Amino acid sequence: MLKGFHRLFALLAASLSAHSALAEEETVERWGVNMPRGVTEVAQSTYELHMLIFWICVAIGVLVFAVMFYSMWRHRKSKGYQAAQFHESTAVELVWTIIPTVILILMAIPATQTLYDIYDTEDADLEIRITGYQWKWRYDYLDSEVSFFSNLSTPRAQIDNQLPKGANYLLEVDEPLVVPIQKKIRFLVTANDVIHAWWVPDLAVKRDAIPGFITEAWTRIEEPGIYRGQCAELCGKDHGFMPIVVKAVPEEEYTAWLDSRAATAAKTRELTEKTFTFDDLFTRGETVYNRACAACHQPNGQGVPGVFPAIAGSKIATGPLDGHLDIVINGSKTNPAMQAFGEQLSEVDLAAVITYQRNAFGNDMGDTIQPIDILNFKNKQ
Amino acid sequence: MAHGPQAGFKRWVYTTNHKDIGTMYLWFSFAMFFLGGCMALIIRAELFEPGLQIVQPEFFNQMTTMHGLIMVFGAVMPAFVGLANWMLPMMIGAPDMALPRMNNWSFWILPFAFAMLVSTLFMEGGAPNFGWTFYAPLSTEYAPPSVTFFIFAIHILGASSIMGAINIIATILNMRAPGMTLMKMPLFAWTWLITAYLLIAVMPVLAGVVTMMLMDIHFGTSFFNAAGGGDPVLFQHVFWFFGHPEVYIMILPAFGIISAIIPTFARKPLFGYSSMVYATASIAFLSFIVWAHHMFTVGMPIAGELFFMYATMLIAVPTGVKIFNWVSTMFRGSMTFETPMLFAVAFIILFAIGGFSGLMLAIAPADFQYHDTYFVVAHFHYVLVPGAIFSITAGVYYWLPKWTGHMYNETMGKVHFWLAFVGLNLTFFPMHFVGLAGMPRRIPDYALQFADFNQIASVGAFLFGAAQVVFLFNVVRTVMGGKKASEGVWDNAQGLEWTVPSPAPYHTFSTPPAVR
Repeated sequence: MLKGFHRLFALLAASLSAHSALAEEETVERWGVNMPRGVTEVAQSTYELHMLIFWICVAIGVLVFAVMFYSMWRHRKSKGYQAAQFHESTAVELVWTIIPTVILILMAIPATQTLYDIYDTEDADLEIRITGYQWKWRYDYLDSEVSFFSNLSTPRAQIDNQLPKGANYLLEVDEPLVVPIQKKIRFLVTANDVIHAWWVPDLAVKRDAIPGFITEAWTRIEEPGIYRGQCAELCGKDHGFMPIVVKAVPEEEYTAWLDSRAATAAKTRELTEKTFTFDDLFTRGETVYNRACAACHQPNGQGVPGVFPAIAGSKIATGPLDGHLDIVINGSKTNPAMQAFGEQLSEVDLAAVITYQRNAFGNDMGDTIQPIDILNFKNKQ
Repeated sequence: MAHGPQAGFKRWVYTTNHKDIGTMYLWFSFAMFFLGGCMALIIRAELFEPGLQIVQPEFFNQMTTMHGLIMVFGAVMPAFVGLANWMLPMMIGAPDMALPRMNNWSFWILPFAFAMLVSTLFMEGGAPNFGWTFYAPLSTEYAPPSVTFFIFAIHILGASSIMGAINIIATILNMRAPGMTLMKMPLFAWTWLITAYLLIAVMPVLAGVVTMMLMDIHFGTSFFNAAGGGDPVLFQHVFWFFGHPEVYIMILPAFGIISAIIPTFARKPLFGYSSMVYATASIAFLSFIVWAHHMFTVGMPIAGELFFMYATMLIAVPTGVKIFNWVSTMFRGSMTFETPMLFAVAFIILFAIGGFSGLMLAIAPADFQYHDTYFVVAHFHYVLVPGAIFSITAGVYYWLPKWTGHMYNETMGKVHFWLAFVGLNLTFFPMHFVGLAGMPRRIPDYALQFADFNQIASVGAFLFGAAQVVFLFNVVRTVMGGKKASEGVWDNAQGLEWTVPSPAPYHTFSTPPAVR
């Protein structure tokens, strides 16, 4: 009997420690009720401002509701309470006009100070352009040549409930924005198609990304870490599926990362010279398709009737190659929802995805498009 | 003299009687309330758990858009116009509205506008999916083809509202009984008079902005397209110049209803009548100079941010005055808590909570964190559901005996109230939490840390929905029959409407009453 208990305890302890090991890696903080304190000075003063106003509101609320509940409890007809007949008092009315005005002025002072901090985008150490696309973010490091897209990396099967959801469900991306800590970073925010908003709660940065205009924001992150956010302005179908991940690292690590990005870019350029087999292109194309095209044209190539055209049996994907290259590289001239992918994808990826589209979904065109074909097409125009 | 109503359906199609038209407005808005409510339940059902279960994102966006449009333009606004039609002539001692034929017309174009709007759900490409605020260029270059029908529906709704507003102003200014000076009018007449001016001022602006969209979509202009020299932010400025007064259009008449109900059930005159009038007027004035607080994150110059922040904070003063006045009316009254009073008291408490979150949202730097999150959704549902919907409900229970001649079932009314009260708070209070914790609004699927509170909100929403079925049942039963209501109905109801028999005859005040 005792032995049995012992074993049970051992089992429990083991399962508990296994659980906590998992918890260390990926916890989901449930039942959160408040704004994060944040990891920048601006975020912290925003948080304090928020709490200050909150407590002022609570105090006023308690006062008003106390009077109200007191009279609801005492001044009832069922208790035989006789109604008084007073119905005005200039003095009282003046008091409750003037006191709130004074409280408001007291609130406005710290609010104005914080607002000035938020607007002070001068003297940045580093500039990053953020461009919102339907439904991904593009980051351009203006001081170096690094530029990339950041897409949702949560697998479709998790969204469709076929796989269990990970701890960072819908808050994970393939390429996070990597930034150095303790540097003032200026963000130049814009958009390619519709209005988006770039928001990371821990940084207290939220800026609308407006097509054709540039808005400014800045941050200076004190602690290394991974900070997650989301698009905050309704931008169409997959508005809920374009998260933001900021990875703040010490400066050395940041420099090393920049170098590795440059090396990867050089490698991709080399690939443009290479000739691939059909199978290689088709397999790579499927991955690219699912990342860049499937949101609208759907994983099965059927599109959404009346909104997004099908790839399967489409006139373009089964027509002359030049037309197909043109719409993918330059976008559609009649339907702005079809973006220009010429800049977004590498030559290899473009070749692969076009090969894939022309041969998948029963299109069976049988042609193979090489990266060099893409380059030639681009040079021709 | 005694003209009765025509027989059959002609009564409703041809009618110029303010009571008939009021009834039609109210039933129409009730129907729209259920339609918009069903859409809300689809939204809440999808958000019950993380992952996509019931609808796809494109349909989800259509639901959020249509829910907003139908509730604002189909449920709340027509309900207030319906109440105005029924009550204003009886409150000021007028025989009818000043412009009865236009009254018929402004009602009857509404069902056509909504038929057109709802029909977009069945069109190729689906219904409007860009949110009830329809920001360009999502609503222009990137919109589904049905957007044109949406624009035309908005035009018709605007025309209907403007006609309704003209009618109300003409009635109040010209048809008051002798002795009924402006400062003797019931507050419902005052708040509606001010609301009507707001409507006339801003509905043409809404018509203008949708017309600019129409031009951009079909006639090659570039009002909102940067590539053609336009500006997407211009859309937001024009929209919110309409939109902010619009939210007060949906709340000022509510202030009037509450100011009628609280004194009746506290058996004590309203505290600070004239300050109520001045507060309403100042809120209306301020509503024109605060619109950009909906746009704190668009990158306005700091001077603009500061101006709109300070102006918005100022609204707290007259709104506070109103709350204090209602509480003072209750203080040392002799209160009973029949259903209208329950809804009115809940209005004061919950509207105050919505006011507090509104004050928090006014603080521009903090708004950078709140903007476009569920905190905003919680805020505006706290001012609109307990604000507009509860006050309309309170008004319906309060005046239903006068309209039908029967008392409603008090027990069922109380059941309705408690279900609605609990359901509402379960639905919308947790939204403050998920919003602060970082959940953006208008998303069909969300990260795992928001799951628990979303589940509670969804349960609450279905409870709130069930409560409204009780309401419908209670109203239908009261129309069909029930205990006879007396002339005064309530213990201490003040005003001309309580001097006519219950049910109110088809024509009232054919000769003006004497007002002391």
